[in-house]
Amino acid sequence: MAFEIKKEAYTGGIKTISIGKGDSAVTVGGETCYPFYTFEGDMPNKPLIAMEIWDMEPTDWAEAALVPFKDVVADPAAWAKKCVDEYGAEAIVLQLKSIDPNDRDASPQSAAETVKKVLDAVSVPVIVWGCAAPTKDEEVMKVVAEVCQNKNLLLGPVEEKNYKGIAAAAMGYGHSLIASSPIDVNLAKQINILLENFGMPMDRVVVDPTTGGLGYGMEYSYSVMERLSMAAMSQGDDKLQYPMINNLGNEVWKCKEAKESAEDAPLLGDPEKRAILMEAVGAVAYLLCGSNILIMRHPEAIRLAKEYIKAMIA
Amino acid sequence: MALTGMQIFKLLPKTNCKECGVPTCLAFAMNLASGKAELDSCPYVSDEARAQLEEAAAPPIRQVALGKGVRAAKTGGETVLYRHEKTFYNPTLIAGLITADTAADDVAKTLTDWHALQYERVGLNLRPELVAVKDVSGDAAAFAAVAKQVAETSEFNIILMSEDAAVMEAAVAACGFKRPLLYAATAANVEAIGKLALDNNLPLAVKADSIDGLVELTTTLTGMGLKDLVLDPGSREVKQGIEDMIALRRAALKDGNRALGFPTIAFPCEMAGNTDMEALVAGMYISKYGGIVVLSNLTTEALFPLLLERLNIYTDPQRPMTVTEGIYEIGTPDENSPVLVTTNFALTYFIVSGEIEASKVSSWLLIKDSEGLSVLTAWAAGKFSGDDVGLFVKKSGIADKVKHTELIIPGYAASIVADVEEELPGWTITVGPREAAHLPGFLKAR
Ligand code: B12
Ligand code: SF4
Repeated sequence: MAFEIKKEAYTGGIKTISIGKGDSAVTVGGETCYPFYTFEGDMPNKPLIAMEIWDMEPTDWAEAALVPFKDVVADPAAWAKKCVDEYGAEAIVLQLKSIDPNDRDASPQSAAETVKKVLDAVSVPVIVWGCAAPTKDEEVMKVVAEVCQNKNLLLGPVEEKNYKGIAAAAMGYGHSLIASSPIDVNLAKQINILLENFGMPMDRVVVDPTTGGLGYGMEYSYSVMERLSMAAMSQGDDKLQYPMINNLGNEVWKCKEAKESAEDAPLLGDPEKRAILMEAVGAVAYLLCGSNILIMRHPEAIRLAKEYIKAMIA
Repeated sequence: MALTGMQIFKLLPKTNCKECGVPTCLAFAMNLASGKAELDSCPYVSDEARAQLEEAAAPPIRQVALGKGVRAAKTGGETVLYRHEKTFYNPTLIAGLITADTAADDVAKTLTDWHALQYERVGLNLRPELVAVKDVSGDAAAFAAVAKQVAETSEFNIILMSEDAAVMEAAVAACGFKRPLLYAATAANVEAIGKLALDNNLPLAVKADSIDGLVELTTTLTGMGLKDLVLDPGSREVKQGIEDMIALRRAALKDGNRALGFPTIAFPCEMAGNTDMEALVAGMYISKYGGIVVLSNLTTEALFPLLLERLNIYTDPQRPMTVTEGIYEIGTPDENSPVLVTTNFALTYFIVSGEIEASKVSSWLLIKDSEGLSVLTAWAAGKFSGDDVGLFVKKSGIADKVKHTELIIPGYAASIVADVEEELPGWTITVGPREAAHLPGFLKAR
């Protein structure tokens, strides 16, 4: 008798969501099998890799991550444009680092202006990531949503403490949301339910399960994402059938080994190549546990991850 | 498949003689089923019943021991498809490839380079385990010479790669004492290579061009008496590669397919156009069921991320790695040295102690048991509250070691200051930086 693979009996799938508007809109999600298990289901939309830019000049980036963008880090619009024109970015993530109350505490208006400039500079979807201080993010996202009406930005992170304000703005001005929770299946479900009960159209929500860096807690995110996929697809839990997003570049590049120079860590070899591979190997792990939108930083790590995705869906 | 108590009971003598220490055969069967008794406690089980019970108790994926010495390792023995269901046990072993036509000097240099690739992290030494020696020209003497050099001059254990039994035999003679993995038995050489592995009691990899092919070969080999097998389904592109790995793991665990109940080996070195992509492919196999991965070269830039990924994926999800509660001396602290406190999550401890060390300011580091949670997580879970921390510092005995009364707490735990002060009257509580990376600057500036 010929060998046959034992197939999983799926009872649900991941919803599709579109981000961006018009010709530049991109669709993610829609899979009816575990990530890349295309021998027993469909994965109609490939995972999206979104390139990360900051709204202020980074002061603590590793040299390797800075080099490709040296000429543009002071100008988010130029930075975004470079990502798209030179590195073929499929989406841009603008990290609003300047609004952090513990840092520069920039105003909602100034943040919204930056978002607008970036939006005007590129023709790919734009994701806006706050500073994870709930009250401040709520203030800022409300203004961003209004200034960039009907552009279908993806706004987040949205959590229990600030979902009402941000969701109201997203509904009023036509944007999508990132529902965020700290590495826990039940908490992920809870924020989705809160949004749904609040009236947020749930075909405009992606889930941020919280991302741990390679060697710095990735295992927790990895397993929670596998459990979320299982709940969504094998247990048919319709409160968890949303695409997932991971803020990977930010986590990988902040860890010590991604920053150390060749002199600091001779054993770790070339700092550029080492950090690129830390980001790219991390990306593979996140793709395999179900990431639909992967936020990454270095153009070469992104190129490698895209090449891998291409081979996997060929 | 594990047997139930009733199924085991049917195989016992049913005499209720009590010699096993319990009143009835049924009670004994129940204990066996739940792992509370050993079969040897009953002197009267028939050989036939014993064989059946042992067969049923065998793990669904065999654990295979490879190599000898400090880098000896095991592969296989896995019991779940997803790590959160229990844990993944035996981390994917990593091998670098050396071809048999490499000159002795170059082999020596490569081995020296590869030996240096060891990374200290969370109290563990992360390093690769294996060298794959590959026959490229059918030259038995050259193959055996490289195998011997690797076996005798390095800690690495060996995968011998040749499909020619005569060539393989020469290398087995040269390095068999290190318990190398023979790669591979194929449809063409199965009898000869199988016999070689059997005679020398060595683990044997099986290569086919499909899973059907594997079933045929392992059935032949287990029939010959071989037990320690490793599977290569032959796929050399990523899409088929991951499908085969999933198919094999599911077959062993879900279908109880004995012919496929063995660990796997994969060859990123034959699956990518360059070493960077090779690293990504190896990463895939660490996530998805690769028992051994063979890389064309071991470079620190690719190896380090892979070892980190492996560490993460193979960490037991039910038990965060911890260090013991207590007072830790960093450098040579004295009665005037700073006192800092943090949690007992191994990662937290190693990052913080590493940064204090880097600061060159000798210090006392107090580790409070927080059930292996990081600072913020422990705080959020109520395992690093102000009262707890204060009480712990009081009981720790640190007051007998220092003359001052200042305690430095993590920046992320700033909100516990008032409660710690209340618990520790007379002490000054100083909030340190949030990120450990800023500790050297902070300690030096004091
Ligand atoms: C992995 C993780 C988990 C893991 C636990 C991992 C572990 N062993 O601790 C799991 C999934 C179990 C978990 C659970 C929870 N988590 Co959690 N988790 C994280 C995550 C992603 C990473 C934590 C980590 O490993 N950090 C790495 C270690 C090394 O960091 P650290 O211990 O803080 O040490 C650093 C600094 O504090 C400093 N430092 C340490 N010691 C000292 C000492 C001194 C003197 C100084 C100066 C500095 C210093 O140096 C280190 C390096 O910079 C964080 C988010 C994040 N990115 O931080 C959330 C996070 C900590 N979790 C959070 C929460 C809320 C929880 C839960 C309560 C929620 C839930 N899921 O139920 C539970 C609580 C646990 C429980 N009830 O069992 C929140 C905490 C929010 C808050 N501010 O209160 C966070 C911040 C996520 C978020 N943004 O909401 N979590
Ligand atoms: S020793 Fe064996 S035969 Fe006797 S009671 Fe126990 S199980 Fe039954």
